[in-house]
Amino acid sequence: MIKYILRRLIGLVPLLLGISIITFAVIHLAPGKPTDLEAQFNPKVSLEARERLNHIYGLDKPLHIQYIDWLKRLSRFDFGISFTDSRPVIAKIAERIPITLGINLASIILILLIGIPIGVSSAVKEKSFYDRSMTVFVFAGFAIPTFWLSLILMDIVGVRWGLLPVSGIKSLDFDKFTSVEKIIDIVRHLALPVFVSAFGGLAGISRYMRSNMVHVLKQDYIRTARAKGLSERDIVYKHALKNALLPVVTILGLSIPGLIGGSVIFESIFSIPGMGRLFYESVMSRDYPVIMGVLVIGAGLTLLGNLLADISYAAVDPRIKLEN
Amino acid sequence: MELVKVNNLRKVFPKHKVTAVDGVSFSVNEGEVVGLVGESGCGKSTLGRSIIRLIHAEEGNVFYKGEDLLKLPRRKMRSMRRHLQMIFQDPYTSLDPRVRIGDILEEVFIIHENFSRGERRRKAEEALETVGLGASYLNRLPSDISGGERQRIGIARALATDPEFIICDEPVSSLDLSVQAQILNLLTDIQKRKNLAYLFISHDLGVIGAICDRVMVMNAGRLVETGTCENIFKDPKHEYTKRLLDAVR
Repeated sequence: MIKYILRRLIGLVPLLLGISIITFAVIHLAPGKPTDLEAQFNPKVSLEARERLNHIYGLDKPLHIQYIDWLKRLSRFDFGISFTDSRPVIAKIAERIPITLGINLASIILILLIGIPIGVSSAVKEKSFYDRSMTVFVFAGFAIPTFWLSLILMDIVGVRWGLLPVSGIKSLDFDKFTSVEKIIDIVRHLALPVFVSAFGGLAGISRYMRSNMVHVLKQDYIRTARAKGLSERDIVYKHALKNALLPVVTILGLSIPGLIGGSVIFESIFSIPGMGRLFYESVMSRDYPVIMGVLVIGAGLTLLGNLLADISYAAVDPRIKLEN
Repeated sequence: MELVKVNNLRKVFPKHKVTAVDGVSFSVNEGEVVGLVGESGCGKSTLGRSIIRLIHAEEGNVFYKGEDLLKLPRRKMRSMRRHLQMIFQDPYTSLDPRVRIGDILEEVFIIHENFSRGERRRKAEEALETVGLGASYLNRLPSDISGGERQRIGIARALATDPEFIICDEPVSSLDLSVQAQILNLLTDIQKRKNLAYLFISHDLGVIGAICDRVMVMNAGRLVETGTCENIFKDPKHEYTKRLLDAVR
């Protein structure tokens, strides 16, 4: 097992290198330069000054040298300095992560709390009217575009009913609140974004849960349990759920990158200062170190999440052996 | 004395338009081993499962000591199951892969008895001993043991509640020949020792001949011939029985 994990971890290195080379090349190929905002659009800046800026940022070197420099810094876990405000990239990312992570965690918990019961009950009543209505419900959530649903809900709940705030993560006078009020304030701000993102993610978990459960309920050992004299409730919740749930939980590993990745559209609509917005802003200003930082962390987490899903899948299923 | 009496049992699968069990009647006496033979798909397993209500049969009665099982309320049927057990065909799939052997056996006592934890463990060990396995199996998972051992667990589980009637649904057909003999011997031993009644389902006439007192021949959902093993094997009356016997000669 440990040998397997080590081998997989070593295998990640070339993969990450490849990803970073491609993304590095692609973002540098994109038209426009980080210095454009300060130089190109300002007629008073001389050519000399422009070149000096390029030199300071190291943009005058050939691309492959720039990449190797970046890689050298990265090997010391130094993600570099942001071009736009000269703050360390890692600090900029670190202040955004809790916000995105918090929203996404809340949304995943909501998805599990609602999606798993929907999946289980649909499987138990397979092909019934209830099952079909739930299918329509979760796929509606999956199919409705996030931005559209967000805007509609902002209009109805936020503007017409005036129940919830529609943007940001805290009120303007947040600092004057007591700590209880602060929590309530944040919850009220995050209610809509969390609801919208959970609604969209419901289909995945509930469908996966349902199909696992339908499969498990047809297994011979369920018949054995029935022959033993177990009640239907115990059959579903003791034998079937245990077998059907664990594979579902393991795919949560796949949602790890999404946890801190954040969504550009989503965070822009609700004005949430999270990772998605940071990425969007840094792309618009061609802030290469920040873009690379966000992408590399995202890629690393995706690969780790996949590995984690594989390992946990094997750990919970006695029939799977990872050695080969 | 008559233990189980099946009267005009019918099971239709409307989706496939198949009448799997078509008005079957027979009875099994205490301590009697009755074979049920027929080709695959003739309705043997469906009949077995319908008798103990693992499948819902539309018509007919199943009397156990005079009580109609098919008319019992669910809850009563559940507690009745301790008296009528089943040994399944495939020992690889019929044990929950996530539950340890000890817990598989103990669960039976949780359902049907009021034992303390220690008593349950001891009873589980006893059940293992009856099938020739030891306490070392308690903490293993089904995936840790062989097919023959698994079928022994299936038998131990069925025996744990002290049933009087056991339906053996092709209990050896998915095992190696050498293991088949061991399991058949075990089943015969236990039957003699506890004076159990078996309904022994098989497509293998050799197996039926070795263990049964009486045999019933099933074809397309109906019982076509019934008699002692000797009579059926030596002097088959029905065309289908003759063909079945010819096929193995």
